[in-house]
Amino acid sequence: MGKLLELTNVHSYYGHIHALKGISLYVNEGEIVSLIGSNGAGKSSTLRTISGMIHAREGKVLLDQKDITHTEAHMVVSMGVGHVPEGRGIFPKLTVQENLDMGAFTVNDPKLIKERMELVFELFPRLKERITQFGGTLSGGEQQMLAIGRGLMLNPRILMLDEPSMGLAPVLVDVIFDTIKRLNEQGTTILLVEQNALMALSIAHRGYVLQTGSIVLTDDAAKLKKNEMVQKTYLGID
Amino acid sequence: MKQFTSNPFYKFILFPVGQIVAFAVGASLVLSLLTVLLAYIFRANITDFDLVERVLLILPQVVINGLTIGFVYSTIALGYTMVYGVLEFINFSHSEIFMVGGIVGVELMAYFDHTGALQTMNQYVVIALAIILGMIISGSLAVTVERIAYKPLRGAPRLVPLISAIGMSFFLQDAVRLILSLTTGEFNVILPQFGTFDKFLVLAVPGIEAPLRFQIKNLLLVGVAVLMLVGLNYLVNGTKIGKAIRAVAQDRPSASLMGINVNMIISVTFLIGGALGGAAGVLFALKATKLDPFVGFFPGLKAFTAAVLGGIGNLTGALLGGLILGLLESFSASYLSTFTSGAFGAEYKDIFAFAILILVLILRPSGLLGQTVGQKA
Repeated sequence: MGKLLELTNVHSYYGHIHALKGISLYVNEGEIVSLIGSNGAGKSSTLRTISGMIHAREGKVLLDQKDITHTEAHMVVSMGVGHVPEGRGIFPKLTVQENLDMGAFTVNDPKLIKERMELVFELFPRLKERITQFGGTLSGGEQQMLAIGRGLMLNPRILMLDEPSMGLAPVLVDVIFDTIKRLNEQGTTILLVEQNALMALSIAHRGYVLQTGSIVLTDDAAKLKKNEMVQKTYLGID
Repeated sequence: MKQFTSNPFYKFILFPVGQIVAFAVGASLVLSLLTVLLAYIFRANITDFDLVERVLLILPQVVINGLTIGFVYSTIALGYTMVYGVLEFINFSHSEIFMVGGIVGVELMAYFDHTGALQTMNQYVVIALAIILGMIISGSLAVTVERIAYKPLRGAPRLVPLISAIGMSFFLQDAVRLILSLTTGEFNVILPQFGTFDKFLVLAVPGIEAPLRFQIKNLLLVGVAVLMLVGLNYLVNGTKIGKAIRAVAQDRPSASLMGINVNMIISVTFLIGGALGGAAGVLFALKATKLDPFVGFFPGLKAFTAAVLGGIGNLTGALLGGLILGLLESFSASYLSTFTSGAFGAEYKDIFAFAILILVLILRPSGLLGQTVGQKA
């Protein structure tokens, strides 16, 4: 169980805005690691820095000991990093089938694509019913399923999920989190960003707490859940 | 039925060809009926001759001419609309890409003429070579222009690349003029005479007084344009690269998260658009027979109008818009003087093209087939 992903002292900027102020974290192979924190703490920016949508000005991002700090996003994807962005980012005028095909854009083995497609339909039977529908016509929950399914088509070594529960009905949130747990049991490493800290910490192995671009706390998820500061700030327990 | 519609032959040959025929016939019928209706209304005002009879006499020929030029506009319009679809940016230098394609094609034929090969070669091979060379040169020129003049401005406000495109347009006009004057001493290139392109196929239809006359080059032009349109439809809807183009058009950041090289796809889009423009240029040269470096301006502007008319960003719309615009131009060129007893001549035909642009912008800014942008959840 080596370190699959490692960030050391990463600084990222949007123009002049200093979004990440020296983030260091790692994700072991087979883990679920959760980033929690309030709006603007830098959770999404961390994922965006890893997937190459923005590049760190300082520090290093290592995937399997390989420096990917300045690798372009489409190359990072082909190295096995799946990123399901905040707001899902599905293609509204491609069908469900075509959206899933796009997820496997870097995969050239038709047999593997078929296998992954079957796995996605097994996880989300609803998507199979909607296969010829345009992505934009799906409900919010179905779109989230599609976004996660599309991320899985790549057969990623690490799947990064940004707010998968956002805007979903509670019953769907449970479905999504069950799926994440199941995927992890089947061997996918997961880096999870969530506002719903309680849910995130219930399924994660470890967690990091971010505040205004820095990591203020890290521990096993179970211990974080009992931490007084975490309880007060993120779990709403006094 | 579902199985039938997913059949590749239906999806990539029958459907697009059917669509083209439907658009061509539909637009021709509507405009013809309108014109005949107008002729009946104004019949009483004109006493020298029977207006309706005069209109009907040349109507088939007018429709044929309109469709011919319409296909050229459609092919150019696709270049505008593809680039707009992906970058939301009007590539105003596309009219010069078109012009370069035409000039390159004519120069190739002139070269064959010079070496004496032109009269011995099969005329269709000559045209095919000219079109292929025009496509290659125009396509690579479009990609180069994008790299130099647009790519560095991708993060800039939208007006900035637009101005850069207009600048590029003037630059290309004068660059071609410079090259032509240095190499040939003239600004014009003239299509050499060869083959049987100017001859007519005459088709006598019972019930119609004047026989239908199809000029061979016009038939060739329509044939090649239809081939291009069907090919483009297959490329965009049937291939992985086409799917990637559509994905980039809909959501660029998400597309890059799928592992799509967005810059490469943008280059491919310019390559396809430019190649279509180049082919249209050679086809246009067959019709115009004389080209100069400024010849791209009006067809370019009209193709742009066609793209807006059909709904910019929509490939089917560009096809329909081009056909309508070509027909309108042909109808107004042929009938303006008939209807106004000679007060207005064919030289006023462009009024209609641009009046249409203004009307569309006022009444239906999204174009005939344009939709409001799909909801991004």
